[in-house]
Amino acid sequence: MGRERLFNAAMLLALLAVPLLAWGLQEPFIITLATKVAILALAGVGLNIALGLGGLVSLGHAAFFGIGGYAMGTLASHAQNYEPLFSWPFLFEGSNQMPLIWLTAVLASASGALVIGALSLRTSGVYFIMITLAFCQMLYYFAISWSAYGGEDGLSIWVRNEMPGLNTLDPIQFFAVAFGVLCLALWFSARLARSAFGLALSAARQSEERVETVGLAPFKLRLVAFVISGPITGLAGALFADLNRFVSPTMLSWHTSGEIMIFVILGGVGRLYGPLVGAAVYILLEHLLGGISEYWQIFLGLLLLGMVLFARGGLIGAPVGSGGGA
Amino acid sequence: MSFILILEQVLNGLQFGVMLFLMAAGLTLVFGVMGLINLAHGSLYMVGAFAAAAVAGLTGSFLLALIASLAAAAAAGALVEVTVIRRLYDRDHLDQVLATFALILIFSEGTRWLFGSFPLFLDVPAYLSGPVTLPFGIQYPLYRLAIIAIGLVVGAGLFWLIARTRIGVQIRAGEADREMIAALGVDISKLYTVVFALGAALAGLAGALVGAIQSVQVGMGEPVLILAFVVIVIGGIGSIKGALVGALLVGLTDTLGGVFLPRLFALMLEPADAASLGASLASMLIYILMAAVLLVRPSGLFGGSA
Repeated sequence: MGRERLFNAAMLLALLAVPLLAWGLQEPFIITLATKVAILALAGVGLNIALGLGGLVSLGHAAFFGIGGYAMGTLASHAQNYEPLFSWPFLFEGSNQMPLIWLTAVLASASGALVIGALSLRTSGVYFIMITLAFCQMLYYFAISWSAYGGEDGLSIWVRNEMPGLNTLDPIQFFAVAFGVLCLALWFSARLARSAFGLALSAARQSEERVETVGLAPFKLRLVAFVISGPITGLAGALFADLNRFVSPTMLSWHTSGEIMIFVILGGVGRLYGPLVGAAVYILLEHLLGGISEYWQIFLGLLLLGMVLFARGGLIGAPVGSGGGA
Repeated sequence: MSFILILEQVLNGLQFGVMLFLMAAGLTLVFGVMGLINLAHGSLYMVGAFAAAAVAGLTGSFLLALIASLAAAAAAGALVEVTVIRRLYDRDHLDQVLATFALILIFSEGTRWLFGSFPLFLDVPAYLSGPVTLPFGIQYPLYRLAIIAIGLVVGAGLFWLIARTRIGVQIRAGEADREMIAALGVDISKLYTVVFALGAALAGLAGALVGAIQSVQVGMGEPVLILAFVVIVIGGIGSIKGALVGALLVGLTDTLGGVFLPRLFALMLEPADAASLGASLASMLIYILMAAVLLVRPSGLFGGSA
């Protein structure tokens, strides 16, 4: 795995170097693009724990992305209107402090993941794919009809939320926040993959019966993985909403689920840095092809199709060779 | 809340359910026979609707438009099966999801490129427009009744095809054991193309029929696709009978919930709150139904093992 590790370090350094360079050249747009890559990669890192490590093909991770986004939108909109969210049984006020927003986003998406996971994991295979998709769609329609927080039009926040000690309105400082969170998540998922839990989860993916035979419960392993995976994607959702200062039902749409999955797959399933490579390539394609043609998603579709049919190891597979896995 | 209103809404729910059945039948057939999860099924629905709108615009004939929708969707289905889908049968579900998701992107953007972003309109023909008077003095749009009738006839035809014809025998045998029927001399890859094109044609027909009520636009197939997934999860994947029962359940639940839940809440809450809470809950109702079915029967009402 030496070459893969080297490649990973190079990718992380590149993600850090590009915005620093752009900062020197005073190109704030490029910093914003890099921030977007970091945040979307974070969403992919979350999904990769369920998908790569646990083998759970969730087509509903936009649910957690959106829950995180709405956690930010709800708290921040109450803070900017000086109204408490509710005053009974205890006073709960809005907030524009990122740490508190993140905590809320993580708790909310973990609860969502617990409920969705407990129901969906009763099934497997195609049923699991369709059910996660359906629950995501349920939240999407709920957000559309929930007029108190913008309904179909979404919810705008006037000023980006605050991080103690930093000026988040400065693009490079906000990038630093997103990059820091991404590094933590990557470190965490590397530790998780090597932990006893991660090994058991991986084993349950490869051979459910053997895991049961040694006395472990695959359902519990998978549920825990799902509840770890969801909040990481949820945290990415909160950051993404903060980047745009806007949250809308689109974050919950199944296209978003598909895109998060594309990040993971483009890079290579189960590879730790797959989501980073995938998100970077996706944003680059969107930026470059989007400039050439309004219909750039045709090319994205063709690329993805070619990838699935002919290049199974993902983009990381090309430079570092196949193998991989978690 | 009158008896007539309830009956009207039941008919609306039935019409919606019948449309969902046309979508779900293809999905469940393709999964049952080939073991393929096809996200691009909604794109075939869209292809049918666009073909119908284009042909109706050129010729002015609704019947020709319907035929065009069947032909275009079947042709698109066969083309996609031969070029892409065929390579996916042996792959895991993740690959199938990704490749068919890629197909959606290609279909949607390709259609946008050909027809533009503005919705097209497909008019209900004069001989099917206007209301008819049903028993109990109900005034109901003739076109919606016609949709219910067409859907039921097509559904009956499908059951007949599967149960009584030679190709139906081959389809059922293919579901049970694909190596065995290949060994018996059935050209399995041709059979798969036919099954895929058949499912595509049903989706295309549904798209054209619904296109005359709603507008014909890019992305119209996706909400229906996800509802069709809910239908086959409830009915049991691979079962046509399950698809029928699931479709009617989902169609009725969604329609009746959307109309009556806000009224139910209005008995207990302020009108504004009742309307918004009722609408939110109604939009979630079919998913709650799905969760409830899965709690009792994880592989659906008529499903075997997943």
